[in-house]
Amino acid sequence: MAAKKEAWSSRLGVILAVSGSAVGLGNFLRFPGQVAEFGGGAFMIAYFAAFILIGLPVCWVEWTMGRAGGRYGYNSAPGIFSAITRIMGTRFLGVIAFVIPVCIYMYYVVIEAWCLAYAVNYIRGVMDFEQSEEAIKFFGSLVGIEKDGAALQVNIEHVGIYFLIVFLLNFFLIYRGIAKGIELFCKYAMPTLVILALVILFRVLTLGTPDPEFPDRNVDTGLGFMWNPSKTYLVERSVSDEGLALTTAEGLPVWNGSDKKEVVAEKNVKMARDMAATNPEKYKVIEKSLYQQLQNPDLWLAAAGQIFFTLSVGFGVIITYASYLRRRDDVVLSSLAATSANEFCEVGIGGLISIPAGVAFFGVAGLASMGLSTFGVGFTVLPMVFAEMPLGQFFGFAFFFLLFLAAVTSSLSMLQPGIAYLEDSLRINRRQSVSILGFVTGIGGVLVIYFSAGLKLLDTLDFWVTNLLMVLLAFIQVVLFGWVIGTKKGLAEAHMGSAIRIPKIFGFIIKFVTPVFLILIFAGWAYKSVFGYTFGSADPEISPKVRDLFYDPSPVSWVAVLLIAFLMLFALLNVPSKQEVRTNINKVDKKGDGI
Amino acid sequence: MSLGGWIVMISSVGGVTWLLIWCIWKVLTTKGETEHIHGFEVDTPDTKVEGDIRRRRD
Repeated sequence: MAAKKEAWSSRLGVILAVSGSAVGLGNFLRFPGQVAEFGGGAFMIAYFAAFILIGLPVCWVEWTMGRAGGRYGYNSAPGIFSAITRIMGTRFLGVIAFVIPVCIYMYYVVIEAWCLAYAVNYIRGVMDFEQSEEAIKFFGSLVGIEKDGAALQVNIEHVGIYFLIVFLLNFFLIYRGIAKGIELFCKYAMPTLVILALVILFRVLTLGTPDPEFPDRNVDTGLGFMWNPSKTYLVERSVSDEGLALTTAEGLPVWNGSDKKEVVAEKNVKMARDMAATNPEKYKVIEKSLYQQLQNPDLWLAAAGQIFFTLSVGFGVIITYASYLRRRDDVVLSSLAATSANEFCEVGIGGLISIPAGVAFFGVAGLASMGLSTFGVGFTVLPMVFAEMPLGQFFGFAFFFLLFLAAVTSSLSMLQPGIAYLEDSLRINRRQSVSILGFVTGIGGVLVIYFSAGLKLLDTLDFWVTNLLMVLLAFIQVVLFGWVIGTKKGLAEAHMGSAIRIPKIFGFIIKFVTPVFLILIFAGWAYKSVFGYTFGSADPEISPKVRDLFYDPSPVSWVAVLLIAFLMLFALLNVPSKQEVRTNINKVDKKGDGI
Repeated sequence: MSLGGWIVMISSVGGVTWLLIWCIWKVLTTKGETEHIHGFEVDTPDTKVEGDIRRRRD
């Protein structure tokens, strides 16, 4: 009986460890912001399509390629790619997998510091906001959103000091190699975070109408905003300064499209239709079906971007961790278990908390017009929820502190590909590689903290890394797996030691559908964000990110791009030599252990 | 929330919950699976090597 109990506790421990490694800031903070920005139910359809056609296939590809590459003695993508494909040129493609996690770490650690700052300020008892404006102001002041350098003040109300603590903690943990303790700790901390999130979810779903003065601001409307697949907007006629209704040269009415108001509750939809019917000169209703919304490429780009971020695919992290696995360790169920835990936290809990609560407190229009960063929704809406809860200050502290711990495990995992690459390429030991990486990411992190006005450096790094490099890396990996190694051989490698089999249809998806989907996403992003075209309009407008680089150069944008370029160049100059890769291939082939 | 909203919500939340429960069930019922399943373990082999060196030095 005791042995059976021990076996069960060991199995549950493994599940918790796997789940814990998957949960991070993306689930509770980034995802709600994306849903709010791209409008609910239709986003979810695109999100699940991206999950099945990109997330799962790339996940399985990375775990399989990583484990196979580990047999050749490599733990980073340049060595892994060249060893398992036997094409030496792929060493240079693999450097992207070094650049991505290092760049993301530079701003992820800053967001991690925001979480710690929130936890500490809950202990201080200064987070009991009565008005949503107070929450927005606190967040803006903490991160120094007003001007560059504002966050670097060394006091408890600005993020600088927390960044220092978080950064030193990360490198202390990874330098001293006491990771086993963190892992054990996370086994308990992560389930606690999930339980706490479930309690908060219960509170959110029972919020009803928090402010009777605004009966439309309620949870039901919030759920409708999040999940309704079709949208209804009320648009007002544009008027001149003198209050006269505007018309075009052809005599057609000019509508104020930039100020369209989404209406969610059924009675409001009916009211909006009545207003437009009785006063068509002043109002009109735009109704967008699910099909019409899904024709918006921006929505697909955002959904795919979230899948990349949340599942850590195209990150360079999975391939490194999988390379430490043994030949017969399970990669198929491991990746599916981690992925499902992540999706449960994100869709089942994270999304149901912030969006309905945000609508309940700010209203649909208020939430849509908050104009904050992607993460802003989580950092401003959640404190309002806690302020409305019994023991809210305690729950606020516990939630942000546990989120901080979840972020620590994620940020430590982001450092490992960099460490592994330095070990693989420079043949140095772990401590030396940790020191080099600490120096480089320290500079990057301080720059992110310093250039805080409008969070521009953070935003620019995120823009180029997640939209360009991550999609590119994912594409390279599926092409190597599906076309160079071959799906038959690749899937056979994946199934070694696996408790479940990847459905056969995924062979076809990996070879054809995923690469095409990734090309479409990349082309859509380039069309809009690089060449400046707007979907649905033939007139190109220079995209803000391109304008910041070439037309109206912004030093901050150039700092971000040069950081990425410097890391890329460094990595390109230090890839493992051809000779070394070939020697390793021969050794493994002699043992009959090659892919 | 509209009927369509309820359908999307129940199928999304239900879908991810079912997938998680199925994975847990699979891990719990597959013999020897705990030795073969992994997450992003922070304890990588190079950490162990460094740990051994430090312990010997201490």
